[in-house]
Amino acid sequence: MVRIGGILVGLGFVFALFLGIIDTFSNGLTTPKTVEQEFHKHAEAPEGGFTFTGMFGTYDKRQLQRGMQVYKEVCAACHSLRLVSFRDLAALGYSEGQIKTIAKGFQVPSINPETGEPATRDGMAADRFPSPYANEVAARAANNNAIPPDLSLMAKARHDGPNYIYSLLTGYQAQPAELLKKYPEAKTPEGLHYNPYFHTLNIAMAAPLKDGQVTYSDGTAATTKNYAADVAAFLTWTAEPKMEARKSAGLAVLLFLVVFCFLAYGAKKQIWRNVKD
Amino acid sequence: MSFPWAKQYEPKSPLMKWVDSRLPLPRFVYGAIGGGYPVPRNLNYFWNFGVLAGMFLAIQIVTGIVLAMHYAANAGIAFDSVEHIMRDVNAGWFIRYAHANGASLFLMVVYIHIARGLWYGSYKAPREMVWLLGVVIFLLMMATAFMGYVLPWGQMSFWGAQVITGFFSAIPVVGEPIRVWLLGGFAPDNAALNRFFSLHYLLPFVIAGVVVLHIWALHIPGSNNPTGVEVKDEQDTVPFHPYYTAKDGVGVGVALLVYCALIFYAPNLLGHPDNYIPANPLSTPAHIVPEWYFLPFYAILKSFTVDFIMSAKLWGVLAMFGSILLLFFLPWLDSSPVRSANYRPTYKWFLLVLLVDVLVLGYVGGAAPTPGVILIGQFATAYYFLHFLVILPIVSAMERPRPLPNSITEAVLAGKGGTSPLQTAAAE
Repeated sequence: MVRIGGILVGLGFVFALFLGIIDTFSNGLTTPKTVEQEFHKHAEAPEGGFTFTGMFGTYDKRQLQRGMQVYKEVCAACHSLRLVSFRDLAALGYSEGQIKTIAKGFQVPSINPETGEPATRDGMAADRFPSPYANEVAARAANNNAIPPDLSLMAKARHDGPNYIYSLLTGYQAQPAELLKKYPEAKTPEGLHYNPYFHTLNIAMAAPLKDGQVTYSDGTAATTKNYAADVAAFLTWTAEPKMEARKSAGLAVLLFLVVFCFLAYGAKKQIWRNVKD
Repeated sequence: MSFPWAKQYEPKSPLMKWVDSRLPLPRFVYGAIGGGYPVPRNLNYFWNFGVLAGMFLAIQIVTGIVLAMHYAANAGIAFDSVEHIMRDVNAGWFIRYAHANGASLFLMVVYIHIARGLWYGSYKAPREMVWLLGVVIFLLMMATAFMGYVLPWGQMSFWGAQVITGFFSAIPVVGEPIRVWLLGGFAPDNAALNRFFSLHYLLPFVIAGVVVLHIWALHIPGSNNPTGVEVKDEQDTVPFHPYYTAKDGVGVGVALLVYCALIFYAPNLLGHPDNYIPANPLSTPAHIVPEWYFLPFYAILKSFTVDFIMSAKLWGVLAMFGSILLLFFLPWLDSSPVRSANYRPTYKWFLLVLLVDVLVLGYVGGAAPTPGVILIGQFATAYYFLHFLVILPIVSAMERPRPLPNSITEAVLAGKGGTSPLQTAAAE
């Protein structure tokens, strides 16, 4: 009974699938490529790559400090870093005094102690990086109806995050003539900017970086590429601040387990020595 | 229960004698996983995966309880509470990555455990109850894993919950009210998150309970083995401890090595980047995909594209649930008296095709749905159902199995005691 019922049910599913297969065939097996499929580019690593990739990769603190400077002077105008506290910057090698100074440079929402009215005060080490906008409506109003996303987790919230951030920041360009010829309707709309690393090819953010915009104090060349790589490294740290602790603990754990495996295998051999299996 | 030559527990110290005469718990453990459980001597390393599944269940419960001490099941702060664990809780990043990757390893190990059962016919008489309870555990695991993935309240959490609970709306007439009742609202929100957390905390203990039944049912006939031939006398078996505790130790080491490599060096490899974006009901991700372990079933769901008597969506939902529920009937669909596929020359090829077929379905479930991919998914889904519901009953009735060894010991002495599928395939 079970087998006859099973065969009938099975053939029922297969018949429904057969109709689906015919349908798939009759709709044609090739679909025209969309403009995104043809012109979207995968993220590329900066020249020389990042120092934090691979099993033994660590953050370059000087690079993180430069990236933090780029964030503070450029990105922070629109983007928050709401999951990161100023005190966390100690991991970048800043002293307590330096952290206090950096925090002071930001105004955080507060309440006037006399009147109870909304107010702002200087940031403190325990505060998070504040949003430059009072609320979502203000953010939209200032940015042509697009909300600048929070950057705390950006390096993990995109595929191949660090390289994506670098590529996006350096990827602004004129729309290729070939694209306009092939897809005239895909012309970048007013208020958007062509960037082949963005998934829709057109991004609301205007190119934020230009050569010489930020003055580095450690002699690194003030180029857009350096800014982009440095800020990508900084945002990787904000997304994964415990990476170095994770990798160094991992090394000890894996070494322990390799030894454990050999011992366990030896023990097994010894116990089974008189039994053929 | 068990074999006549099974060793009896003999307490040595006065304390253990005192305990044993009042509560024979040590005796119970000794008979279950100690020297008192005789096990076929020819089990290969595929038999490690039951113990490994138990280990990962324990890891998930321990890490999960610690996470629950810091997590807040509230739609307003759930996402940030997970980031609080990652940033501010001592070793919180380790606990969370261990739990997230532990789920993947648990499912991976259980899939291999199920495949082992399929290959060696462990579902057949007299072990049907072991198999049925195993399918129950698998269903409970899927529910638990799904609800756990919703808890971080990222984009994939939210939209995954939206899609999965949407299955219920495929049921005619009452579907939509059922969906709303299950979610506690018209879309996933705080009510859904709260009940998912509650159930996600409950179900692992239900799983642990069913695992006890699963092992109890196993101990009645004793373990199957690669030849599928029943144990005949004492020389066919060795005591579980120390022989298989030692052999499982090797598997535990290797599994932990893989697990820790993921935790410490690629903790987000098996996750989706979109889940690091807070849930936003107003922004649908371009690609909603479940976790990797659900991809084959997701592919089955998407393969039904044409309305025929029922809507295509209902066909997909029925097929998806049916693809698991049919496993409950497997012991009766397969009428062959031979257990191990090593001795079933026709069936074993169909089974190998099925194992590849499930991997193909996994690929299709995660790929962008171009017509070519959909077509592959439709053929692969058709094979899945044909295999279990049509091919298996017919082949098992018509096939002439190869001669079985007279006993496990005979097979062992001929060097064919623990033949694995890979060796069988290579020998052809």
